[in-house]
Amino acid sequence: MTGGRHPGRIRIGCGAGFSGDRIEPAVELAVHGELDYLVFECLAERTIALAQRARHANPAAGSDPLLSARMRAVLGTCAEQGVRIITNMGAANPRAAAAQVADIARGLGLRGLKIAAITGDDVLEAVMAGNPPLIGLAGRVEDLGRDRIVSANAYLGAAPITRALANGAQIVITGRMADPALFLGPLVHEFGWAWDDWTRLGRGTLVGHLLECAGQVTGGYFADPGFKDVADLARLGFPFADVTLDGGCHVSKVTGSGGLVDVRTCTEQLLYEIGDPAAYLTPDVTADFSGVGFVADGPDRVLVTGGGGRPAPQDLKVSVGYLDGYVGEGQISYAGPNAVARGRLALAIVAERLKLTGAAVDDLRSELIGVDAFYAAAAEAHGQVPEVRARVAGRGKTMSAAEQIGAEVESLYTNGPAGGGGATRSAAPVMAIASVLIPRTAVSPRIHWVTA
Amino acid sequence: MKIALHRLAHTRTGDKGDVSMISVIAYRPQDYPFLAQELTPALVAAHFSALALTKIERFELPALGALNFVLHGALRGGVTRSLALDAHGKTLGHVLLALELEVEDS
Repeated sequence: MTGGRHPGRIRIGCGAGFSGDRIEPAVELAVHGELDYLVFECLAERTIALAQRARHANPAAGSDPLLSARMRAVLGTCAEQGVRIITNMGAANPRAAAAQVADIARGLGLRGLKIAAITGDDVLEAVMAGNPPLIGLAGRVEDLGRDRIVSANAYLGAAPITRALANGAQIVITGRMADPALFLGPLVHEFGWAWDDWTRLGRGTLVGHLLECAGQVTGGYFADPGFKDVADLARLGFPFADVTLDGGCHVSKVTGSGGLVDVRTCTEQLLYEIGDPAAYLTPDVTADFSGVGFVADGPDRVLVTGGGGRPAPQDLKVSVGYLDGYVGEGQISYAGPNAVARGRLALAIVAERLKLTGAAVDDLRSELIGVDAFYAAAAEAHGQVPEVRARVAGRGKTMSAAEQIGAEVESLYTNGPAGGGGATRSAAPVMAIASVLIPRTAVSPRIHWVTA
Repeated sequence: MKIALHRLAHTRTGDKGDVSMISVIAYRPQDYPFLAQELTPALVAAHFSALALTKIERFELPALGALNFVLHGALRGGVTRSLALDAHGKTLGHVLLALELEVEDS
């Protein structure tokens, strides 16, 4: 039986769907949501590679930049109400993140809080030694270039979270972990599901999949005025699910918050970023969403039916971060009569300049953007495109080659077509991600404890 | 006569690596059979001919009134390598809604 606040069900909320997400909706969930668990999902594919670089530069760095702000915002309320927190904001450094959260807790006057940091997702050594083939790209890991590889992190399953909770963790901080596992871990802990109960693991994964993008199931990323209207998006509420022993659930949000939970928002999120709905691969289960149904069950409340699963894949997926050249970009706008022709001329000049100067640039992309940024109503009245923004982006073999792209766009001010304005430029190294598989046996998650 | 897909269905777009996933969900369940018949992978691939897709798959979810399209090779190497302004291809679903389908005059 469950140890939650609501008889027979566990209420699990999602307080972030990406690293830069809004913080107030998480506070609203913590204060008014009557939650058992609050999950923050903040780790995109590339984020951990960038965090790994930060950690190389400073051994105490490498966790999520908003970890401190999020924890300060919710820690007091969660501790007071007994809401347990689970997050992948550990990024490349879960142990440092746990120490940081303990400091914050002590600063808030909270004592004795048990914090678990989960490591073991960093498999760089094993991947370099095993040199597995790349998925979807030709070649093997070594072909990416040994000195260009920055990180290799395996997608861990939910088991270490379940273990940490069983040992009394009030806060669990992970690095790379399959997103739905952040939700499946506490459900397995509460309901005691077996690790080969594929149907329930599949349903728990479904709960995680529906919640993991936070506002995307409560009316965010959904509005299309006149077709799909959503009220009060500036105060969008984040979701929670009420999950029962069989893995079924309701999805809802805090009463009075902005947004919308209905069959349409749930259907869009169910199919978000999945391929075959009958085979959603995770480290814990091959989840089957093909028979899932949604039924409206009150205002902003939807019953989720169906869902199942089959045995988990043998291998774990690993994201390998590697430096892949540099990207440079420049933009400049033209408005008024003949804007398109001047924009096209601008693009042609930049392409020719890069050739003439022998810039080590390949894969150049040139395009025109624009509607109403430059007071061009007069031109619109004459039936012409009112304005265009010329954009050139390209890949440089060196940083200086990448910088040259934006420089050539900027120099259109005095060297290009008439009336260019608002030029911008940027250049940056590219952190690319490749995927490989690694045997489960090569990965051993560990739990480290910190007490506030 | 022709009807814009935008009037019949809504979409959401996601990405994994160099793959774009676009769900197409009928507003009214009774329109699903029409969408399933007309919105073929070939038609969607033709609409996105500029993307140089390597493969397109379509999964049917009749109970949800939904089709899930999986566009391989859609993102020029994926979000981490693409030079596109919208490297994730997040806008592709609404570009798909511009597609017009032929309906019988009644």
